[in-house]
Amino acid sequence: MSNHAVATDELHDDPTRAGAVVVLRRGLRESPELRAGLVWTLLFATLGAAGQLLVPILIQQIIDRGLSPHESIGGGRTFDTGFVYPACAAAALATVVVFLANRATLYRLVSASERAVYGLRLRVFSHIHSLSLADQNAERRGTYVARVTADIDSLSQFMEWGAIAWITTTVLMGATLLVMAFYSWALTLVALLMVAPLYLVLRRLQRGLLAAYDRVRTRVGEMMAEVSESLMGVAVVRAYGIEERIDRRLKAAISNRYTAQVFANRYTASIFPVGDFFGALAVAAVVLVGALYGPRWGLSEGRVVAFLFLVSLFLQPLAEISETFDQTQTAIAGWRKVQALLDVRAELVEPDPGVALPEGPLTVRFVEVDHRYRGGPLVLQGLEVEVPAGAHVAVVGETGSGKTTFAKLLCRLADPAAGRILVGGVDLRDVAPASRREAIRMIPQDGFLFNATVRENIRYGQVSASPGSRLPGGPGASDADVDAAMRALGLDRWVATLAHGLDTEAGERGENLSVGERQLVALARAQLGSPGLLILDEATSAVDPDTERRLGDAMRRLSEGRTTITIAHRLSSAEAADTVLVFDAGRIVQRGTHAELVRAGGVYGRLYRSWLGNTGG
Amino acid sequence: MNSDAVLARPRRGGPFLRGLRVVASYVRTHPLPFAVAVSSAAIYAAATVASAFVLGRVTDLVLAPAFSGHGTTRAAVLGALAVITVALVRAFGIVFRRFFAGLTASRMERTLREQVVDRYRELPLAYHRSRPAGELIAHTEADVLAATNVLHPIPYSTAVVLLVVFATVSLILTDPFLAVIGFFVLPLLAVLNRIYGGRVEPAMTRAQEQVGSVSAVAHESVDGALVVKTLGRERAEVERLAVEAGRLRDQRMAVGRIRSNFEPGFDALPVLGNVILLAVGSWRVSSGAITTGTLVQFLALFQLLSWPIRLLGFVLVDIPRAVVGRERLDLVLLAAPEPRPDRGGGEAAGAGPLGIAVSGVDFAYGENRVLHDLGFEVPAGQTVALVGPTGSGKSTLLELLVGLERPSAGQIRVGGVALADLDPAELRRAVTMVFQESFLFGATIRENVTLGDDVPDAEVWAAARLAQADGFIGELDGGLDAVIGERGVTLSGGQRQRIALARALVRRPRVLILDDATSAVDPHVEAAILDGLRRDVRCTLLVVAHRTSTIALADRIVVLDGGRVVASGTPAEVEHDPTFQAIVSAYELARA
Repeated sequence: MSNHAVATDELHDDPTRAGAVVVLRRGLRESPELRAGLVWTLLFATLGAAGQLLVPILIQQIIDRGLSPHESIGGGRTFDTGFVYPACAAAALATVVVFLANRATLYRLVSASERAVYGLRLRVFSHIHSLSLADQNAERRGTYVARVTADIDSLSQFMEWGAIAWITTTVLMGATLLVMAFYSWALTLVALLMVAPLYLVLRRLQRGLLAAYDRVRTRVGEMMAEVSESLMGVAVVRAYGIEERIDRRLKAAISNRYTAQVFANRYTASIFPVGDFFGALAVAAVVLVGALYGPRWGLSEGRVVAFLFLVSLFLQPLAEISETFDQTQTAIAGWRKVQALLDVRAELVEPDPGVALPEGPLTVRFVEVDHRYRGGPLVLQGLEVEVPAGAHVAVVGETGSGKTTFAKLLCRLADPAAGRILVGGVDLRDVAPASRREAIRMIPQDGFLFNATVRENIRYGQVSASPGSRLPGGPGASDADVDAAMRALGLDRWVATLAHGLDTEAGERGENLSVGERQLVALARAQLGSPGLLILDEATSAVDPDTERRLGDAMRRLSEGRTTITIAHRLSSAEAADTVLVFDAGRIVQRGTHAELVRAGGVYGRLYRSWLGNTGG
Repeated sequence: MNSDAVLARPRRGGPFLRGLRVVASYVRTHPLPFAVAVSSAAIYAAATVASAFVLGRVTDLVLAPAFSGHGTTRAAVLGALAVITVALVRAFGIVFRRFFAGLTASRMERTLREQVVDRYRELPLAYHRSRPAGELIAHTEADVLAATNVLHPIPYSTAVVLLVVFATVSLILTDPFLAVIGFFVLPLLAVLNRIYGGRVEPAMTRAQEQVGSVSAVAHESVDGALVVKTLGRERAEVERLAVEAGRLRDQRMAVGRIRSNFEPGFDALPVLGNVILLAVGSWRVSSGAITTGTLVQFLALFQLLSWPIRLLGFVLVDIPRAVVGRERLDLVLLAAPEPRPDRGGGEAAGAGPLGIAVSGVDFAYGENRVLHDLGFEVPAGQTVALVGPTGSGKSTLLELLVGLERPSAGQIRVGGVALADLDPAELRRAVTMVFQESFLFGATIRENVTLGDDVPDAEVWAAARLAQADGFIGELDGGLDAVIGERGVTLSGGQRQRIALARALVRRPRVLILDDATSAVDPHVEAAILDGLRRDVRCTLLVVAHRTSTIALADRIVVLDGGRVVASGTPAEVEHDPTFQAIVSAYELARA
């Protein structure tokens, strides 16, 4: 594989990254599926290549041995039946053998590739889930998804078509060259000499092509962005009366894309015929040199005629390969990104087997905890917290004050940069993962639901889910358990309002349910376990009154007899708490009961006033 | 949606015929490049047949004499020149065919894209709302490509058909006997290829759909990583992906099995044909019926033909496919555009805040009635809070007020002028709305505020200050020139809302409508914004509010429920309305 195929891509990316050969070598090393039986596959491929050479060889043999010219008459030839028919029969038989060899090659290559892609996909996916989530945003999640989907799919596409073309054509070109050299090394040299400039021409065209398609992709991206903006923002565009301006931009983007496409088309149109034309040049040279010097060099007519066929056979694959350059480049780039992702080390190391947390409500202690995200500034500083078992704590503060990070550390989505977090008296880093997940439950702000029924989504809360569910796992909560959990939280009346009760489809990401309702499902999930510590991240956005009441009620029932930490956005949550922790710029600046803090004023006083809506009056 | 039913295009004939009709309509739109492409295809076909003929003549007239001692330099040079000349013509045939086929397709793509976005502009907002944005985007890209892809191979298939015709004629003229044998193999190749296409296409489609399933699981799993992680369900998620990925692997291997059964056959069949040709041909040569050169000509032509004939089957598949893409585009292109009534050139008098009067307004999305006989008044310069549960019709009402939708009955007056009589440009100048979902363009902050109007920076900053956005804009790299979006800065929800607010304020509206437009802003910042608005901006302010702090600011409150006004008046008058109480108790106003 030539390095220049990826050259343009390298221009606007990390210069220290691995070259194509390094990527390929590592890819082969990491995917044993690709290496298994590779020698046999290559052997079959060589045999397959021989099939293409049958015709030119047969032509030579028949012209030189089966049909010898009459000495006397110009055009007539004698016919050696004893040679021609057996030779043809042998060639026909060989064709069948070659067919079988090709069949084996192709299937072996496809199945090895698919097995390798399958293995790689699962490895990457499970690696993604092992990475820390604490500092992940939507953008990074998007690139992760792209690694397991688009990048790996481009790799599979390449392995099934491009890579197979590379292998079979390389073998075919090599074998053709060998036969040519056997017939006449001098004519071979002549042919190669004529074809040599093709390498330079193709290289140039190829570079132009890659650059041109790069531009097309950029223009397509720009156009899609314009189209998408004009559609997503259609209400704004119309309400502000800027339709014409948006239309001009859209038309310009469509036109730019068209221009880029037509420009790139010049290359696609010429790459294939250029190879064709150089092939003809080589044929012409073989005719000229073969006719003038062939007899003197001791060549036969059959050899020269066979040569005419061999030359086009030698060049034919070049065109095919040049069509796969782009695919190869995309695949290598994707493979490189996948490998880079595999190199990202998981930061959290789970203890094995680890300590089990005690039953019942849990104590929480933060000892001099600092935290920062990957080389960023400190987001938590010198945190000292002590929460007795069964206490209800509210955490308040403005956006960016560190309260969400505090919650993430508590369920060990990340480890603190410094200091210790003790839950139930045990350092969180020493707690057995299974026990931690059972005992510490977080109800996130935007309860994410899987595209399954509400029931299946609730069951997901049982650390091992039930069989037959679209969300697989071991044996788990029965329908009765789920019903009991809903009753315990007073949610049975909510279930009755759903179109199909618990069998209502939640939709993609739970979109069929409102934000508040998704939180209800998350609460039910927690109820299915037996957590000793609950972490509730309240939704900031508005929830309709009925759901609001249900949430409050269910939360009260769920938190009974459990240590509860609420990231509070509602005044009522702060009022009801035993203790309120006030976060500001990564520190706890105030703590105490609601009443004490209102008296004290400060940051809490300001928050309280804005809750009450007094500031405007 | 009823507009889907408006498929005026005739749907007579099978998919193939309809496909041809679609193609014909494209050719009529861009005839010139298409004509060049097809003519070049004919030149290519002729040159291909000629190149085999030249090889045959070269064998007879140059090579055979040379090896029997009669060769001349002149013959050798002429032979070589003939090979090059024919190759040159053929190469140019290919270049022009490919380029102009691409040009036809690109032009048609551009035409269709322009038609689609034009239609989007004309379609009512309800049309946009009723479809996911992804689907609308797909019409401009995937569907346009599907509808026009057929244009790439059509000149090529024309070339192949001509090639077969020219080749047949030339072979029959040369030696009918050999021609019959050769043409036994070629149709076999074409037939085999159709069978292959029929088997491999559905298998490939299945695999392609499975790619979607794999990607859906991956998306969902990574998006829900927080849930997966806190519940320790990583292994179950990997298993979930393994099921789908395993299915994909198996389906791809099924495709591989079909490929490996057929593709080597496509290579073997022409070889076998050539072997038979050689056997029979040698006998014909020895009997003096043909020359060695003719045999060579036959062999060369068959090698040149075997590849194009293989591709012919795939082109036929493309033609019905164009119909599918085209029909999806017609869903948009034939949808009913928004009727454009003649709006009067009415202008709202004077300067300063304008009053709003809504009376007897009804509105429905299709069958679904959202607003019933709605009526209330907002005196000029007052601040009115619009309160109501989700789905009570608040957002719809606001869209009627800014003229994004038209009421099916009743009247809305702004500054005493009926909305229907108001000049649209005048309406946009006077009434500005900030939406719940702040939409920002992938452009600089300045452009997002000015929306391309020529506004001095001082005014932009003034608007930003009122929206409490000057602080964070000042801290951004580039300030007003900072680019928002994928390639630029990422802003929080609250920051985005404040920029959207500045966009409205810079236009100095006489009526400002805020549809829960500060929901993601920290409460005390929101209070500061509303304070500033009341103090420094002279306009009528209509606010959809959830927060007690916002509601508390209003001079008047209008309570909406089920598309009707259930209460309205000063805060004191509305206080005891049960709907109002139910809403605010959830937001703790009762405690204030």
